[in-house]
Amino acid sequence: MSKDDWTVKVLQMAHGIRRRVLAHTLARNGGYLSQACSSAEIFAALYGKILKLKRLDTPLPAGSFNGTPGPGCPASTGAVFNGGGGSDCDNFILSPAQYALVLYAALAEAGRLDERSMETYDIDGSTVEMIGAEHSPGMEVTSGSLGQGISQASGIAFARRVKGETGRVVLLLSDGECQTGEFWEALQAACYHKLGNLLVYVDMNGCQCDGPTSTVMNLEPFDKRLKSFGARVRRIDGHDVSALARCGSLPGGDVPTFIVCDTDPCRDMDILQGFRPKLHYIRFSSRKEKRACQKFYDAMSAARSPAEGKV
Amino acid sequence: METMTKVHARHLVEWGKHHPDAYVLSADLTASCEADGFRGAYPERFLSMGIAEQNMLAFAGGMAREGLVPLVHTFAVFIYRRALDQVAMSVAYPNLPVKMFGFLPGILTPGGATHQAIEDTAVMRALPNMTVIEPGDATETETALDVAWETPGPVYVRQLRGEVPVLFDRDEPMKLGCPRGIFCDLRGGGPDFVLISSGICTEEGMRASAVLREKGVSIFHYHVSTLKPFDCPEIIDAIASSRRGAITFENHSIVGGLGSAVAECMAEAGLSKPLRRLGIRDTFMHGASRRYLAHEYGLDAMALVSAVEKATGEDFSIREENFRETCTPAMHSDAKAEAL
Repeated sequence: MSKDDWTVKVLQMAHGIRRRVLAHTLARNGGYLSQACSSAEIFAALYGKILKLKRLDTPLPAGSFNGTPGPGCPASTGAVFNGGGGSDCDNFILSPAQYALVLYAALAEAGRLDERSMETYDIDGSTVEMIGAEHSPGMEVTSGSLGQGISQASGIAFARRVKGETGRVVLLLSDGECQTGEFWEALQAACYHKLGNLLVYVDMNGCQCDGPTSTVMNLEPFDKRLKSFGARVRRIDGHDVSALARCGSLPGGDVPTFIVCDTDPCRDMDILQGFRPKLHYIRFSSRKEKRACQKFYDAMSAARSPAEGKV
Repeated sequence: METMTKVHARHLVEWGKHHPDAYVLSADLTASCEADGFRGAYPERFLSMGIAEQNMLAFAGGMAREGLVPLVHTFAVFIYRRALDQVAMSVAYPNLPVKMFGFLPGILTPGGATHQAIEDTAVMRALPNMTVIEPGDATETETALDVAWETPGPVYVRQLRGEVPVLFDRDEPMKLGCPRGIFCDLRGGGPDFVLISSGICTEEGMRASAVLREKGVSIFHYHVSTLKPFDCPEIIDAIASSRRGAITFENHSIVGGLGSAVAECMAEAGLSKPLRRLGIRDTFMHGASRRYLAHEYGLDAMALVSAVEKATGEDFSIREENFRETCTPAMHSDAKAEAL
């Protein structure tokens, strides 16, 4: 496959991720839609190009919820949707579990999660939960309490290095969670312990629950702050799939790598502009709003290229 | 009174030889938590995490997922207070084998309220998947590590350090879920009281009950080192057979610890016997010596005597000098890295 071929494929995946998340947001009359707009290219580039994962012969079904981990109840892990590992394979850790639907959509686009399971999203008893835990497709850890994903990923990275494994630990962070003290604790520890096998993409969509990130707590200059802690840092347009992929194949080093991705929470969905500044969770407050979104979805579906396959 | 010093420190080094998957994580309290010997012996298996406990606990969860066994060492308060969310979500929820050694339970530090873990058992006991153990002497301080290792999932240890009395035979190590019957002479029928103690209160309980027995009060005495899971039918049977009910005695708040565990079991068994809970009476404490705090907050042998006197309405005229000697480690000594 030539360079352009993979770019086309990844862009199609990104389009599909947005469309799928919009469909579920319409169906449930609410959802984490702006996260899909901001991170669609990141997820598509990860699953379509960057991550080294075991192939799956066929998309896997998401099982029903069968209990939380505990005595007599072994943990069922979403890692199987990522191929289940292997010493040369990457982990993919999603830190903000609020992005779960984006992850499910990416898995469906990547042929890792079957279509019928997508229909069980946010249905009682399903593992395809609104804010997933480690039994949910693609979720390798339980990270919904923001700030803990990077620490867990660092522990995994340390252990994998000890075991001599060559696979990386690839982590996706949201910008808001980088306000936590634990994030900075983890950053200093990952640099101090030279976790060069940790690759972090940060979706800088500038939105959080209370509104624009800059009005809640300032993070900037974020790239400079990361650098000053000792990390290797690149700052890119988070919708540029070539740049995303390039950063995913940097030569290994002895410090963690952070790809700070500037993104637009309304990307390819201008209809969301009207929701500003509250983009964290989209809910339709009127029938008119919902109709407009439905119309947008219909147009989006019609514009789907044949290569995207049927859904 | 036979005592031993730096029991955990020594055992950890010896034990570490045979457990290559065990890693010690520390948050700038390495010598204070008796992990300095391990650091010296196995530097590649020692991780300094800085004063950053939230990251340390979730990092430990990540390590455990990959087959390593992290032994987290710091003061107890910094595990269950500062990093509770991380303990809950990165360790307990996934049921990972992270073994947490929390030092300075209750009155064992002059460091004041910031350092005194008075509700750790209550908090950790409430977490699903968590096992909670508390050594009461040198034998248990040593073997708590083995119990923690052999118990699947996360384990929280209210660990002792420095100079510790030897109360139990070296050949009788701590066993998960097995209370020790220190004194339970079943030949004479039920006792007046059943004393259930944990941690350092067991020694005080032994001192007091020996003198009380001389005064004609019959007391069965059980030492509990597994605070969760807590399922002790033998103790419940003993309480059922008693004339005046149960007394619990712990170096912890009377809310949520041993006293509460016993109360829950008694209530579920339908026992209508009085229960008297001795411990820290729902209050924060301040910084002072162990002996002072024990007296001030009612955790010494005399506190137990007073409770029995109150329950029986008798005055036994027992004075401090009637008790056998006790282990009173010096606040400033070579047995600890610092007085804290």
